[in-house]
Amino acid sequence: MSTVDSLFDAAGPRARRRIRILTVLSLLGIAGLAAVVLLRFGQAGQLAADRWVEFTQGPYLIFLLAGLGNTVTAAAASAVFALPLGLVLALGRLSVRTPLRRLATGWIEFFRSVPLLLVVYIFVSGLPQYGINPDIFWKLVIPITLCSSAVMAEIFRAGIKALPAGQSEAGLSVGLSRGQVMRSVVLPQAVRIVVPSMVAQLVVLLKDTTLGYAVSYPELMKTSNNLTAYTNHLIQTYLIIAAVYVVTNVFISHLARYLERRMSGRAARIGQEALEAGFG
Amino acid sequence: MDQLLTTYLDELLAGLWVTARLTAVAFFGSLVVGTAVAACRVSPIVPLRAVGRLYVDLFVNIPLISLLVVVTFGLPDIGITFDLFSCAAISMILLGGAFTCEAIRTGVNAVSVGQVEAARSIGLDFFGVLRFVLFPQAFRSVIQPIVNVFIGILLSSSLAGVIGVKDLTLQVSEINNEAALGLTTYLLAAVAYVVISLLAGGLGARLEERLRVQR
Repeated sequence: MSTVDSLFDAAGPRARRRIRILTVLSLLGIAGLAAVVLLRFGQAGQLAADRWVEFTQGPYLIFLLAGLGNTVTAAAASAVFALPLGLVLALGRLSVRTPLRRLATGWIEFFRSVPLLLVVYIFVSGLPQYGINPDIFWKLVIPITLCSSAVMAEIFRAGIKALPAGQSEAGLSVGLSRGQVMRSVVLPQAVRIVVPSMVAQLVVLLKDTTLGYAVSYPELMKTSNNLTAYTNHLIQTYLIIAAVYVVTNVFISHLARYLERRMSGRAARIGQEALEAGFG
Repeated sequence: MDQLLTTYLDELLAGLWVTARLTAVAFFGSLVVGTAVAACRVSPIVPLRAVGRLYVDLFVNIPLISLLVVVTFGLPDIGITFDLFSCAAISMILLGGAFTCEAIRTGVNAVSVGQVEAARSIGLDFFGVLRFVLFPQAFRSVIQPIVNVFIGILLSSSLAGVIGVKDLTLQVSEINNEAALGLTTYLLAAVAYVVISLLAGGLGARLEERLRVQR
């Protein structure tokens, strides 16, 4: 029972009647709202079947699937690079060597508080002035990697700190070095705790790849934008693409929550911190 | 650097002003919407609960750019148009409301059940429980999550540039396209974002410290 639920008594006959009335009223309100939206679409002629069924046709689907493929590639590449980088940064921030710790802390704080789009622009039109001009794919993936490595570092750090101190103390007292304690006692447990949060982080990566829209990397958003230039069916295309993102992300979030439930409350707490980092 | 400050200072300041305005509007809008959605999610009225859950699931998971594009370029198709700044603000409030709702819910649930039960058992009525026991404690545990939402809104305000709102990031990008001043312009903007984020974080930490229960 949550704190919020404990605020209310079980409803008596009068409260139950009031709740029933309000339920009916709210249902009517919701139905009315839905009707207004549909009417709007209808009046503007946007409900015409040919504006929607085209998305079930082969060529359209193949076109959009290619975009989805690029989205997944970019997100996966970012994850592959950001995960180890995040782990290294977390270890750096927890290091006993001061310069290393300062460097890692500075990196993490900087990339956590700079907009991803600004970093992308640096790679798209800042660095080419110095002759650094990689493929557009990397101009998107490297900034995403930099920014999300900072968030992942914080998740790893939270996982490491969530372990009872007795774990590393026990390791040290049987004669292991600090490095050995980290490698064979702390990390194997910490990594397991953060798995759900890392899965949830995939949602953020998928969202981040939509910045491809701003820099013309042909991921799903940009592809759908190209498609609208051809069909001119803007609202249909963008709504369907938004739905694709929402369904995918809801699926990933549910997977993360399922993994979280199988573990202890420690994973849940870290997961909450990760959610707050996932804006945008 | 000289050329940057003499020629483009106005543009930079204008961009910073738009970013600040957009962040402020979106943040306070998010607080209002988030509180309303959180109230829906805990109300005893089932359809409202369902709408609240759907709202959060929808807007926590939609990418901001996707929503921006729907609002800015999609809605005119059914005859609804706003100016660009409003489009950005509306999209960010819709998203921010969902995140704020979750922050509030976690904060309230962080207060232990026993507190509410104890307050009720000494005879406080519903609003008494809220005013004297639940809110003072929930407010404390909600500060840090809300600060995170604020920083999230600040950083995502840069995406408004994608639909043509001339915020700091877009200004910097345009200055660079015009004058190719190297990394200086970008770093200047980055510093502005970092400073605002750190200020918000520091303010939140101080507020939390001041409201901490002395045990």
